Amino acid sequence: MSEVLPLAAAPEAVERAPKRRHPALAALRRLFRHRLFLTGLFLFGIIAFLAAAAPWITTADPNRLSMRNKFLPPGGDYILGTDNFGRSLWSRVVWGAQLSVIIGISVVALNAVFGTLIGALAGYFRRVDNVLMRINDALMAFPAILLAIGVTAMLGPSTMNVILALGIVYVPRTARIVRASVIVLREMEYVQAAVAAGAGHWRILRHHILPNAMAPMIVQLSFLFAYAVLSEATLSFLGLGAVPPTPTWGNIMAEGRDFMRDAPWIIAIPGVALMLTVLGLNMLGDGLRDVLDPRLRIQQ
Amino acid sequence: MMGVALRRLASALPVLLLVSLITFGMMRLIPGDPAAAIAGLSATPQQVAQIRADLGLDQPFLQQLVHWYGGLLQGDLGRSILMGRGVFAVTMERLPVTLGLSAYALVLTLLIGLLCGIAAALKQNTIIDQLAMVFAMIGISVPSFFLGLVMIIVFAVHLGWLPTGGYVPFAQDPWGWFRSVTMPAISLALLQAGLLARITRSTMLEVMRQDYIRTARAKGLPYHQVVFRHALANALIPITTVVGIIISLLLSGAVVTEALFSIPGIGQLLTQAVLNRDYPMVQGGLLLVTGFLVLVNIGIDLLYAVLDPRVRYE
Repeated sequence: MSEVLPLAAAPEAVERAPKRRHPALAALRRLFRHRLFLTGLFLFGIIAFLAAAAPWITTADPNRLSMRNKFLPPGGDYILGTDNFGRSLWSRVVWGAQLSVIIGISVVALNAVFGTLIGALAGYFRRVDNVLMRINDALMAFPAILLAIGVTAMLGPSTMNVILALGIVYVPRTARIVRASVIVLREMEYVQAAVAAGAGHWRILRHHILPNAMAPMIVQLSFLFAYAVLSEATLSFLGLGAVPPTPTWGNIMAEGRDFMRDAPWIIAIPGVALMLTVLGLNMLGDGLRDVLDPRLRIQQ
Repeated sequence: MMGVALRRLASALPVLLLVSLITFGMMRLIPGDPAAAIAGLSATPQQVAQIRADLGLDQPFLQQLVHWYGGLLQGDLGRSILMGRGVFAVTMERLPVTLGLSAYALVLTLLIGLLCGIAAALKQNTIIDQLAMVFAMIGISVPSFFLGLVMIIVFAVHLGWLPTGGYVPFAQDPWGWFRSVTMPAISLALLQAGLLARITRSTMLEVMRQDYIRTARAKGLPYHQVVFRHALANALIPITTVVGIIISLLLSGAVVTEALFSIPGIGQLLTQAVLNRDYPMVQGGLLLVTGFLVLVNIGIDLLYAVLDPRVRYE
């Protein structure tokens, strides 16, 4: 889940775009013909919509107790049923979606900023490379979820701390990917030309290197979103995420464990939501990789 | 070969040093006073002071650091507050349980992952390929604890085929052990099997396009011989590296799986330590598992050198 691997491409034919079109537009065009990408976008789009529209599409407060209505199966007045306190599962799962998406976006943003910064520094300035990469190696030696558990255990359970822990876990992995691209790009002739023309380090990084290092980074960030959502669910399943009664997919499932014989839907509903989110993001990532990072694509 | 081993060990030393420094620093992440956090809200100031002294937190920072490394050199990782015993001894006691479960899951991973990957590559763009890749995609997307819960509901609660949880030691009753760890191993293996299937497929496709495969086919060797002797043997080299990552994923996945199925391994030990604020146990356990993984990866690099002579001569 946590490591960045050269995954196999899906058996999708990617057509060549006609020449003389802006590369970003051409990539976009290819993306919107990519079936896997579109399926992923659709799945993740549903979850993202639920997350954004949570205040308007849920009528019941996710934390309102109603002991008379406990353990209602899906259907009837409560569309997805109720839990052991009679709370509406629809409300809880939708608000849980919002929390998952917020955590995913935050972790991705942390990685986009710090992963790029550290990776670019290490790849461009050889003097800091050794120090930064040794620290990186050490952080990556820890199994991802174990390090996240350790850090949240120390910081205490809360949404903010989960974001921080996942940032600490995944930034080194992103930095490594950015560094790899920067090292290759630094030796390119157009970069040498910019150096010869007297461009400063900052200008070279910003205008010549980083824009070209974006493709593998975007692919990494889309998979990272999936890992972040999955890790958050795992942490809150273990009782290390947002503190109850705040609904998260992980803690709804953890609470449902005691009632799985008679009310299996308490586990099944957030579980399926989590699975569809991760599936959608993985498909999205596969599609992005096929289109943006053709080196990793298996030729058909 | 010896040279490769020594070089690899030497490069792992700074990583291990930093890993231990990070674990040492983790205790400083605790907001406020760690001793007070461990003691809980109802503790008297004397109790807090006692815990602080036990953990050495009353000493100057540098002295704590020297003490930590001094302890590490002697195999002393501190004392578990919950168990009242040395972290090293407690972890070693639980290690066989986790290793057994992980080994079982690794066998499942290799069987399922390699089979799916090879089948998909050999039957590229057919229904077999697509089914295998859909399976792999689902495998990497289903959270292991959700799969575990679903299996408990179906196979334990409704069908009653397997126990809902608990553990039977292998030495006591091999069949009971097999029954108690089958569901945990499957839920643990699925993610890795998905990853492995995807990587095996792409590696096999890459190898099958090589000239020497065409030559082998052209000179009339039987298909299965080309696939297994020529293609798979070469595809296995990059796949070996992935096995290191898989072992790391299995051990970290075991934390959740063991907590879910009440299996008394390192994972359960760590989750209990986390929930009970047994910080020395969390610290020491994390360090031991990570150190173990660094060693496993060295072992895999050496295996890589055995499998691929080119690595040895570099």
